[in-house]
Amino acid sequence: MQELSLSPEAGTAPVGGGADVAGAAVEPVVVEQAPSRKFGIGAWLASIWLVGLAIAALIVPFTSLTTNPKYPNLADVGPFKSGAHIFGVDAIGRDQLSLLLWGARSSLILGVGAIAIGMIVGGFLGLAAGYIGGRTDTLIAGVFNVLLAIPQLVLALALVTALSNDQPHISGTSVSFTPVSPARRLIVLIIALGIVSIPVLGRITRANALTWAQREFVLAARAQGAKSLSIMIREVLPNVLPAMFSIALLGVGVVIVAEGGLAVLGVGVHDPSVSWGVLIAGNRSAISTGYAYLLMEPVVFIFLTVLSLNYLGDVIRARFEFRDSAL
Amino acid sequence: MGLYILRRLGSLVVVVIIVTLFSFSLIKFIPGDPVINMVGYFDPKKIGALRHQLGYDRPFIVQYVDWLKGFLHGDFGQIFHGVSGGSPAYAQIKRALPVSLELMAFAMVLTLLFAIPLGVLSAYRNGTWLDKIFSTTAFGLIAIPDFVVGIILLDFVAVKHGWLPANYTYWGQNHLDHIKSLLLPAISLAIGQIAGYMRLLRSDMIQTLQEDYVAMARAKGMPDRRVLWLHALRPSSLTLFTVAGLNIGALIGGTVVVEVVFQIPGMGTELFSAITQRQYQEIQSFVAVIAIGYVLVNLFIDILYTFLDPRVRSARALA
Repeated sequence: MQELSLSPEAGTAPVGGGADVAGAAVEPVVVEQAPSRKFGIGAWLASIWLVGLAIAALIVPFTSLTTNPKYPNLADVGPFKSGAHIFGVDAIGRDQLSLLLWGARSSLILGVGAIAIGMIVGGFLGLAAGYIGGRTDTLIAGVFNVLLAIPQLVLALALVTALSNDQPHISGTSVSFTPVSPARRLIVLIIALGIVSIPVLGRITRANALTWAQREFVLAARAQGAKSLSIMIREVLPNVLPAMFSIALLGVGVVIVAEGGLAVLGVGVHDPSVSWGVLIAGNRSAISTGYAYLLMEPVVFIFLTVLSLNYLGDVIRARFEFRDSAL
Repeated sequence: MGLYILRRLGSLVVVVIIVTLFSFSLIKFIPGDPVINMVGYFDPKKIGALRHQLGYDRPFIVQYVDWLKGFLHGDFGQIFHGVSGGSPAYAQIKRALPVSLELMAFAMVLTLLFAIPLGVLSAYRNGTWLDKIFSTTAFGLIAIPDFVVGIILLDFVAVKHGWLPANYTYWGQNHLDHIKSLLLPAISLAIGQIAGYMRLLRSDMIQTLQEDYVAMARAKGMPDRRVLWLHALRPSSLTLFTVAGLNIGALIGGTVVVEVVFQIPGMGTELFSAITQRQYQEIQSFVAVIAIGYVLVNLFIDILYTFLDPRVRSARALA
């Protein structure tokens, strides 16, 4: 899996270099991929899954589903499956369906939140770089390159460690540590993964803005005396948006997966919050202990979600046929 | 050409300075006193002395320059063991780095070994049921995170059935066990990559196969096999190189997580324990080493690129 690198086809810009790019002369042209350009059955299924999940994640706090252990009575503690709990009950008596839906909530908030940061900041920077050009472009492209010079998961890991490190408590000569609140951890994760996605979204925006900025209607707007900012937003941005959205859809999936990776490293969301990543990391020996469903259920959720996001991203890409490579 | 490499090296130095400055400044955001956090006990006198000794009482920029000087001389900071003092982080990195590099190389070899033939075959049989099965499978595989593959493989293949070892064995201990113990983690890393590379190579090859010179080679009566492997693969391999360069970052990230899953004593596991034990000096050096390695690989691929593709070379000569 391409951990955090968005779509294997995207971009040819080398990392850590200047603006002169070896890939400029030889650009891999991406041939239309398997999904057709029509909004076919696959796209409908993907949309239904994602919308259904989003609705479930939105309403789950208003239902009776909680992530608190429901079976304080040790005799009833799982893991087990029953008619009342079709997804099962985990080892400390939590209903797995509740965990999955609350997990969807964390994972989706995280994915959408981080990509929103990436789209707004990266989009603005990329637009400015592509439209204004010159020194502005060199500077912004330089910032992107620096951010891309650290492998993205390592960058996210460093940011999360620094921003939501355990709080030290000093009593006498001994120091003990308690984790920060789950809310703070979630916000830090959103910010960290948002920062990581800035250069990725920024680069695709810049590449597309570069080509659109050369078009006649932009020149016409400029000739009529429109301000740069208004040209950027009213003329260039609408044309760049499909490319940004396509990458953003893939990006949401990448962020959800990245949180899973961070959860394995012990810095995902934490109790009482759950995410799919935390569920996977927590049930990593479920197969050998005979409760494979505890592991496979979150795996299927993450798989279907990422698959749907990738598929829709491809459909948008095929439909608008924008240039995929970073210039 | 020489000038180009020189210029790239220059920008590389700038990138490395900014990246290390960034990783160095992260420590400023950490809640609490970094020295107390690292050492894990509180004794005002000793902490004060240690803070002075480590230079945390000096201006930020002086600290950074000192750290950079030390780093360039192989002083990667210390790992603290509570009251009993510290040990150099350099030894840990020196031990862990080859382990990770080997795992990544193993995964890379597996990836290319499967991705290239599958991609070529898929492009050759473009539109047939075989191609459709391959493409759909690849699309699905991309949506499975590598750590998920790792967790499932480890628990199912190694722990439950014992078909392969669940523990890491060093090469020095037993050669065969060593390779066996690397197999599952390498597969976990490779599966998603195989799918990605295969898709890319396929779409690139389909284009190449429509070129005139391919039709020419075929018209001459050259067997398809020769056309595919000699004439068509070479231009497509450039794309493959670029993506390989871009994917190194993903591979490093994946390796960090997969190593922790399989408890392989490489950079990932080391970074993980450094983070859980709040060894900030070690973390800084780790991030710097990884970033420098990553930037170097990309530079190397860029240079390789210019050697492989005459068009890039001439474009640059004109510039």
